[in-house]
Amino acid sequence: MTDTNLLSVANLSVGYSTSQGVVNAVSDVSFDVRRNEVFGIAGESGCGKSTLIRALLRLLSNNGVSTATSITYEGEDINSFSDDKFRDAILWKRISLVPQSAMNSLNPVYRVGDQVIEAIRAHRSVSRSEARERVEFLFDVVGLQPELMRSYPHEFSGGMRQRAMIAMSLALDPGLIIMDEPTTGLDVLVQEQILRRVREIRAEVSSSIILITHDIAVIAEMSDRISIMYGGKIVESATAIDLFESPFHPYTLGLKNAFPSISVMDNELISIPGTPPALIGEESGCLFEPRCPFSDATCAQILPQSHSVGEMHQVSCHRHTDVTELREKASKKSTWHC
Amino acid sequence: MALLELNNVSRHFELRPGVVERVLRGGKTRVIKAVEAINLSVAKDEILGIAGESGCGKSTTCSMVAGLLPPSSGEVLYRDRNVGEMTSSELNDHRRRVQMIFQDPYESLNPRFRVSDIVSEGPRALRLWGEREIEEQVAAMLAGVGLPAGKYWDRYPHELSGGERQRVGIASALVMKPELVVADEPLSMLDVSIRAGILDLLKELSRQRNFACIYVSHDLSILANIADRLLIMYLGQAVEVGSVHDVIKNPKHPYTRALISAVPVPDPRVKRSPPKIVGEISRPVDPPPGCRFASRCPHADQSCSEVFIKLDTNSPLAHQAACHRLEQINSEAT
Repeated sequence: MTDTNLLSVANLSVGYSTSQGVVNAVSDVSFDVRRNEVFGIAGESGCGKSTLIRALLRLLSNNGVSTATSITYEGEDINSFSDDKFRDAILWKRISLVPQSAMNSLNPVYRVGDQVIEAIRAHRSVSRSEARERVEFLFDVVGLQPELMRSYPHEFSGGMRQRAMIAMSLALDPGLIIMDEPTTGLDVLVQEQILRRVREIRAEVSSSIILITHDIAVIAEMSDRISIMYGGKIVESATAIDLFESPFHPYTLGLKNAFPSISVMDNELISIPGTPPALIGEESGCLFEPRCPFSDATCAQILPQSHSVGEMHQVSCHRHTDVTELREKASKKSTWHC
Repeated sequence: MALLELNNVSRHFELRPGVVERVLRGGKTRVIKAVEAINLSVAKDEILGIAGESGCGKSTTCSMVAGLLPPSSGEVLYRDRNVGEMTSSELNDHRRRVQMIFQDPYESLNPRFRVSDIVSEGPRALRLWGEREIEEQVAAMLAGVGLPAGKYWDRYPHELSGGERQRVGIASALVMKPELVVADEPLSMLDVSIRAGILDLLKELSRQRNFACIYVSHDLSILANIADRLLIMYLGQAVEVGSVHDVIKNPKHPYTRALISAVPVPDPRVKRSPPKIVGEISRPVDPPPGCRFASRCPHADQSCSEVFIKLDTNSPLAHQAACHRLEQINSEAT
């Protein structure tokens, strides 16, 4: 398995201690990222997708505590690394991040090119001119003119800053690039330019990408495999095509109903009633149960385990065996709103 | 008769140079042409979608429609009456008839007001009804947006979820019994699973309560779902208008074509092939007189940046695009 898996995460949980108690932002999440794939993680705000990434990269805020049974990268147990060793050996070199607020992640008082040069020199013993050459190359890869290296971040538009952050994430040839909402807040045409660029980069370099977004359409187009998160857990994982064509989890079914598509205009949209769980304190049963039209007595009491329902397809739902019935009913509005 | 008409409406903002700029560069006042010579009409009971990227002038247009911002030139006609010439009592009435729903339900509600105070603020300010009737109307309105008064009357905004807050925003607009509702990106702050419910609510209420709606969004997938007609704006200019079906299924203007084909589709089997449009939308500071998309348009020639064709106001319901080169583009395509 270690041959195909670049990153394997087993039973990762994150709790934030707050004045109201511990918020279990991520609980018991396991997933693998293969070589050369785009692995999408989709979910709504508060589902734990960004916390998951921060825990993975050890960037949690002070009140966050993460635990995991194991995290291996290229077969190496990186979970046991000290924070210092992790920062030196893994961060940026082998796993890099394009953060969610990429628009604001550049230092306003340094030239953009210098920031990328410094990032390279902090991790590699290369001369300034070697680093500069590398940055020129990277700017070209992400579609920025080399002259722009001398610009300050405020002279960049949102799309250009996002490109600069992607250039920085590529700087040390990492095997895995994590992109947290890379196009959120960008205009459609700029989003298209960035996504096109990400596809091209992916064809050229052999990095894997973890793509995190709430945008179901972006994730559908970009990902090879997708995990859907709800309430800090992965509720369903499958190849992109399986997830969209034969979804199992009621939440996935509901999301599909709720998401508008420009290609199917007269489709009736159906919202999912209720609101996501607060994740404070001990939980019992399935977290989607209060919003799920298909729940029964078991669902409220017993936490559903992950069931394998196909090749590379797992779902955490007690009623996964009734999927034909669920799919049929889920497409009707009356099922969700009575 | 159109309920609302904008005739040749422009809104310019002056960009005055600071002291330093004046001394060092002899800085001249520059002009941001946020909205330039827009013509549009909204019929009774229709939902007009306005789409465009940031900086296209859609929010400025909304503010002018709602009477919050006077146009620099041109006229905003409401039931054939020029809003700029209304007397103060007419204006008060106009302010009741045209209501806005705001983008950010986290910022647009007063945190110290209870839900009932928020929704009754408008009717109280305009003294629409007596106190008892206001209470009845507000309670009925809250029920209408799915927030039963018994449960929500005394709640404060911080006790509500994003979706519930936006319902409060909708209730405080609709309690005024408006004829036209201007909704400026009302869903952009909400989660996917909640959005469809708010969208449905707006559609349903517009039918029940017979109001027209201008729905502004950058999200064409949502507009495709809610709008009857669609207006596409680019950098202050109206570039295409038509029925939502015509514009989305058969876009004419090169910008509209690029925009629509750039929208991701929630289906992993769909492979889009959008035209490559380089660059980004700039700011409309002292723009050239012609089509503002010309500098990024793959079909543009010299004349495009010199002369702008406006949409024809005489046939407001037709599908039309403001482009010199439509015929050439079509013949190239076939």
